[in-house]
Amino acid sequence: MSRPPSMIRITALTHRYGDREVLKGLDLSISRGETFALIGPTGAGKTTLLRIIDLLEMPSSGEICFDDRPVPGSGKQRLQMRRRMSLIHQKPQLFDSSVYDNVACGLRWRGNKETETVRKVGSILETVGLDRYEGRDARTLSGGEAQRVALARALVLEPEVLLLDEPTANLDPVSTSRIERLIRSIARQRSTTMIMATHDMSQGQYLADRIGVLIDGRLVQTGNSTEVFRSPRSEEVAGFVGMENIIEGKVVASAEGIATVKTGSDPDGTTIQAVSDQPVGREVHACVRPEDITLAPATHRSSARNSFRGTVTGVASSGPLSRVEVDCGFALVALVTRLSTEELGLEEGAAVVADFKATAVHVIERSAHR
Amino acid sequence: MTEIWQGLIRAVQLLVSFDAEVVEIAARTLRIAGTSSLLAAIISLPLGTLIHFRQFRGKGALINIVQTLYFLPTVIVGLFVFVLLSRAGPLGELGILFTPQAMVVGQMVLITPIMLGMTISALSGVRKELLETATSLGASGSQLGLLVLREARYAVLAALLLGFGRALSELGVAMMVGGNIDGYTRMMTGAIWLATQRGDLELALALGIILLFLALVISIVLNRLQQRRPQ
Ligand SMILES: Nc1ncnc2c1ncn2[C@@H]1O[C@H](COP(=O)(O)OP(=O)(O)OP(=O)(O)O)[C@@H](O)[C@H]1O
Ligand SMILES: [Mg+2]
Repeated sequence: MSRPPSMIRITALTHRYGDREVLKGLDLSISRGETFALIGPTGAGKTTLLRIIDLLEMPSSGEICFDDRPVPGSGKQRLQMRRRMSLIHQKPQLFDSSVYDNVACGLRWRGNKETETVRKVGSILETVGLDRYEGRDARTLSGGEAQRVALARALVLEPEVLLLDEPTANLDPVSTSRIERLIRSIARQRSTTMIMATHDMSQGQYLADRIGVLIDGRLVQTGNSTEVFRSPRSEEVAGFVGMENIIEGKVVASAEGIATVKTGSDPDGTTIQAVSDQPVGREVHACVRPEDITLAPATHRSSARNSFRGTVTGVASSGPLSRVEVDCGFALVALVTRLSTEELGLEEGAAVVADFKATAVHVIERSAHR
Repeated sequence: MTEIWQGLIRAVQLLVSFDAEVVEIAARTLRIAGTSSLLAAIISLPLGTLIHFRQFRGKGALINIVQTLYFLPTVIVGLFVFVLLSRAGPLGELGILFTPQAMVVGQMVLITPIMLGMTISALSGVRKELLETATSLGASGSQLGLLVLREARYAVLAALLLGFGRALSELGVAMMVGGNIDGYTRMMTGAIWLATQRGDLELALALGIILLFLALVISIVLNRLQQRRPQ
């Protein structure tokens, strides 16, 4: 398989602040034109990695190649490489001048002609929906407007690599979807290479070709969004991508691609059927998304492979959905619509049956060192 | 008491009639203090920017020394520059002692630490993230320097004004290396001193009023600038 040439290649990258290792031996290659989402919990090192890729900071060790050439430690060549990228910071930092000057500065620094600058700035401000804002004092803009100016300021340079650090954190849902659409259209039209950090899993899924999960300074999994979302490689990733039900167990039988996982330590504990080829005897985690669990009245007779009788221990509503906690020998969280919550009379102490398919269960080997 | 009142009235008459001597001394003062401020600024802005960005050993100590020199007594500077420029001194060959040039040199020694030190602290008020953003947008080292000066422009201007104010109002340097020569190196402060000695109260008061007025203007502008500091 011939891969497109790599735009950014990182080898054995490690970064320390003082004696704390923030990035721990990363290897990553990003192809030209690819949109890559870096997801991970807060403090995982996403911003640090983006800053290193943008050549703002030198890694403690490891190598970075930009467009197949190793990045030098200093000098003109480094500046020239940096000028082919731009980074949009997590918190937009606008200069104390007009919106026009903010957007124009990168072009001026590159020695562009002012007539051309005028034209480009005008057109990019229109793209981000800020035409007629040219003369505004940048310090008086709202958060969403400031974020769009920051985006325009980077986009006007037509960078080959666009680095976005949580581009929609601190924005309301309307501005968020507006900026997401903009990012998406730029990725398509200009075939810009993009790397974006986000802790919003669904944003990564929506915008990226490929996702990398960064946890505690390690790139624990990379793959397309279906892979990461459906088959997380570890318990940590599973938790992060929204597989809230992570049940400890052991494979006790395996036949025709279906594994039987016994939960808990008691010898005749409940068993879960899962599509998996983990061998008998292996210690595992069985992971199920709350939205893949259906709840029914206790009288219901189910055809699902996994059907457990239990008692509701808690109900919490968030928007149109309710999170229902059920104790069926092990704890389960199910996500059901508010309507069915009412129809089923789901309240604390109610008896229910929780069903889920064998295909909804993702089995991960329990790592030995835990 | 009446004498003082009459002096004051005549002083105001001198001012409103644009008395030739008053105008001449005031103009010379502004010219000399302006020149030394301009030259000190030309040194302080780039040097301050360089010190701000460079990390080197003894940076903290250097800044401390510069700040200590804010309080340098004018007579000490006068003495130092006098020795430097006197016939036997290391720069005696220039032969500029008791000339306006010597006063400019002396005032520069006096006010450069103020301008330099305050420029450095003005620049350190600019957020690091902002400079990093500029770097990421492709600013080179010198472009970054211009940007940081621009971002801190109000505080930097305040630094320059404060230096100018000190040059205007000092007496020691002007007297010791300028010589307070009539029609040549006499500044407002020196003229006030001499006129008071001679009992020429109206000239002393007229010049005093101008000096106070300039101080007032500078202080108002400084105040304004301080309020314009971002956030
Ligand atoms: N300049 C610094 N000095 C010391 N520690 C730092 C510095 N910058 C970041 N860190 C630490 O490095 C770790 C990674 O930080 P980073 O900002 O890269 O995380 P992140 O994944 O971007 O988090 P978030 O989602 O909250 O933005 C954090 O624990 C942080 O405290
Ligand atoms: Mg971050």
